[in-house]
Amino acid sequence: MSVAPPVRRFDAIVVGAGGSGLRAALELARANFKVAVLTKVFPTRSHTVAAQGGVAAPLANSSEDHWHWHMYDTVKGSDYLGDQDAIEYMCRRATEVVVELEHMGMPFDRLENGRIYQRPFGGHTQDYGSAKMAMRACAVADRTGHAMLHTLYQQNVRANSQFFVEWMALDLIRDPQDGAVLGVTALEMETGEVSIFQAKATLFATGGSGRMFFSSTNAFVNTGDGPGMAARAGIPLQDMEFYQFHPTGVYGAGVLITEGVRGEGGYLLNRNGERFMERYAPNARDLASRDVVSRAMTTEIKEGRGCGPEADHVLLKLDHLGPEVINQRLPGIREIAIKFANTDPVREPIPVVPTAHYQMGGIPANYLGQVVAPEGASHEAIVPGFYAAGECACVSVHGGNRLGCNSLLDLLVFGKSSGEQMIRDLRALPRPHRNLTPDAGDLSRARLARLDAASSGERVADVYAELRKTMQAHCGVFRFPELLLEGVEKMKQIAARLGRVYIQDRSKIFNTARIEALELDNLAEAALATVVSAQARKESRGAQARSDFPERDDRDWMKHTLWYKEGNRLAYKPVHLKPLTVEAFEPKVRTY
Amino acid sequence: MKFTIYRYDPDRDERPYLKDYEVTPDPADRMLLDALVRVKAQDESLAFRRSCREGVCGSDAMNINGRNGLACITKLADLPQHVTLRPLPGLPVIRDLIVDMTQFFKQYESVKPYLVNHEAPPERERLQSPAEREALNGLYECILCACCSTACPSFWWNPDKFVGPAGLLQAYRFLADSRDLASSERLDDLEDPYRLFRCHTIMNCVDVCPKGLNPTRAIGKIKEMMVKRAI
Repeated sequence: MSVAPPVRRFDAIVVGAGGSGLRAALELARANFKVAVLTKVFPTRSHTVAAQGGVAAPLANSSEDHWHWHMYDTVKGSDYLGDQDAIEYMCRRATEVVVELEHMGMPFDRLENGRIYQRPFGGHTQDYGSAKMAMRACAVADRTGHAMLHTLYQQNVRANSQFFVEWMALDLIRDPQDGAVLGVTALEMETGEVSIFQAKATLFATGGSGRMFFSSTNAFVNTGDGPGMAARAGIPLQDMEFYQFHPTGVYGAGVLITEGVRGEGGYLLNRNGERFMERYAPNARDLASRDVVSRAMTTEIKEGRGCGPEADHVLLKLDHLGPEVINQRLPGIREIAIKFANTDPVREPIPVVPTAHYQMGGIPANYLGQVVAPEGASHEAIVPGFYAAGECACVSVHGGNRLGCNSLLDLLVFGKSSGEQMIRDLRALPRPHRNLTPDAGDLSRARLARLDAASSGERVADVYAELRKTMQAHCGVFRFPELLLEGVEKMKQIAARLGRVYIQDRSKIFNTARIEALELDNLAEAALATVVSAQARKESRGAQARSDFPERDDRDWMKHTLWYKEGNRLAYKPVHLKPLTVEAFEPKVRTY
Repeated sequence: MKFTIYRYDPDRDERPYLKDYEVTPDPADRMLLDALVRVKAQDESLAFRRSCREGVCGSDAMNINGRNGLACITKLADLPQHVTLRPLPGLPVIRDLIVDMTQFFKQYESVKPYLVNHEAPPERERLQSPAEREALNGLYECILCACCSTACPSFWWNPDKFVGPAGLLQAYRFLADSRDLASSERLDDLEDPYRLFRCHTIMNCVDVCPKGLNPTRAIGKIKEMMVKRAI
């Protein structure tokens, strides 16, 4: 084996430079800590860039609104699996973080009175679930994520944050004594060199794992790197069975069409030209929660009312909004529909299908960003030195189903709160760096050495394709007991095949074949966790819809799943039903 | 389809060369990026950047039959049966279609691409009229893919001194923002024989921008602002 990798020391490291990573990095850089931000892609290439419709905050610019209404909607949207303390925390801080972003230069659309433009979004209501929708989604046309990511990057340029661009983190380093996280190993893509990044505080902000599905709105980079690294280091993954299918991905291409289209007044049609959501959600109709809409669409298609020669999609109609609204509020959607669906939505509807979109589960963390895991009598002992925020974390504010526009809010609030907590911890513990054990980088070195040595075996592209097809077929919008059981077995076999993967490219320089092999290791951890957790949960809640257990079962299943890589084992822990300051929202039957 | 692709791995190759590939796209393959992923399945050593695959992240800019563009939103149906792919021109090649963008981002950062307003912020949002906000359309949408700057002969010639179309578009994005109070410093910074005035309105930038933006017009507006403040 090669010599031990060089060690670089920082106060803090942030892995990932999407919305939550950049928001945390900004907090740390402004406090003058020595921070390294590691990212696989240049920051503005992170997948936050693809968010479209808006960021939720009860600014009440266009309709009466209240953070407590937002909290109610989020708890209900989560199908009562969200932790109510964390949800209260997020909704209370929403106005602050969005206004702050405006002060940083975010080019929000405006109302006549100069205030931020807000539009309705699925599941966001007035007055605790009344039939009146709240105008809560703060928008920059249909490019909100792009504008947000660029604004946050620009502020980091101003604050002189130190970026390590095109460095891929490989594995967590933990102290064998007490499990504290001491940093990561990372690979510089341009040179192929591995370094150890040591820090007193390590934040994972690595984003989602949507590439595990064949049809996905997610970017190539969303390979579950944070969950994969955490799982290999013995940290459990929480609620991974809850994977969101967005109702409107472009049929065939998978590219996202924002819910903002329906927020602006667009609606879905089946082959009979019927506005079918009226049957499934009489009040909110097309603006019901995403899990509800995706199931309705899938049911329409299954019962033969889909559109097109194969009857395998439905139509999203928006031409009645008129070219002016479409060009002003939804210009990116028009561009996408013309490019990816060959239809101009000013004249024709867009063919759409439910498409894998967002991981509600992830690395278990509290609302201060601290990673927590069971230890002794505690369900949630803090893992010292380790933090997680954004899509890779499970706080859990989204529970069984996330509301649209709550993801951009999540990454602002918890990016900031984790940065703040890291600063508090760094100040409270002005200790020097701990000593690393000589084997600190061994896991990564062994993984790389195996790839370098193997000259035959399985091809990365084949295993990757098999994984995506398996997850698509066995763990989709509706879940069936036999398919889930088969899916678990197939995913176990796929995980076993990973040990035999080989690459032919031996170059040190920007070896993307090697990167893809390393990413596949992470994706497989996330996928196995997802299907195993889904198979075990014998109820339907939020995005988990089982044919054999069609009802929610609060008595036996109002609990969070924890999946451990070691032994492919599951454990459970209670949901936080008690908010911070207000009364709890009691579970009710969820209708829209 | 036949693809002729620029290959260079400094770890292995003494000099760059062009390599031919034959690919039969699947009927579901719509974009050039889909075909490139198929080429990579044949030959995993081909290196290129890609991420969002919908034209918003700016990763997969390359030179396609002599013209800069994004592979993920270039339709296969619009391409001839023989496609030649090269890295973006004018920047150092790291490997194959991957270029070193350091100089490009240095120029972007040199224009202070962030809002400057030292007045104490109000408790709520700063107000901006719809018309003032409208002034940012066509500017803020830039994805930093570098198609424009690497199509610009002035940038090829003076990449260290001329800001280039992408950087100047962002300079104007903040000059045009009613909330930004640093206009005069921004104009001072650009009043230089190279930084702004190397633009000779060749308009390659406008021609290639995959987002349909118009850096030349933004550069013209900056020049107008300079003239206005001089008189």
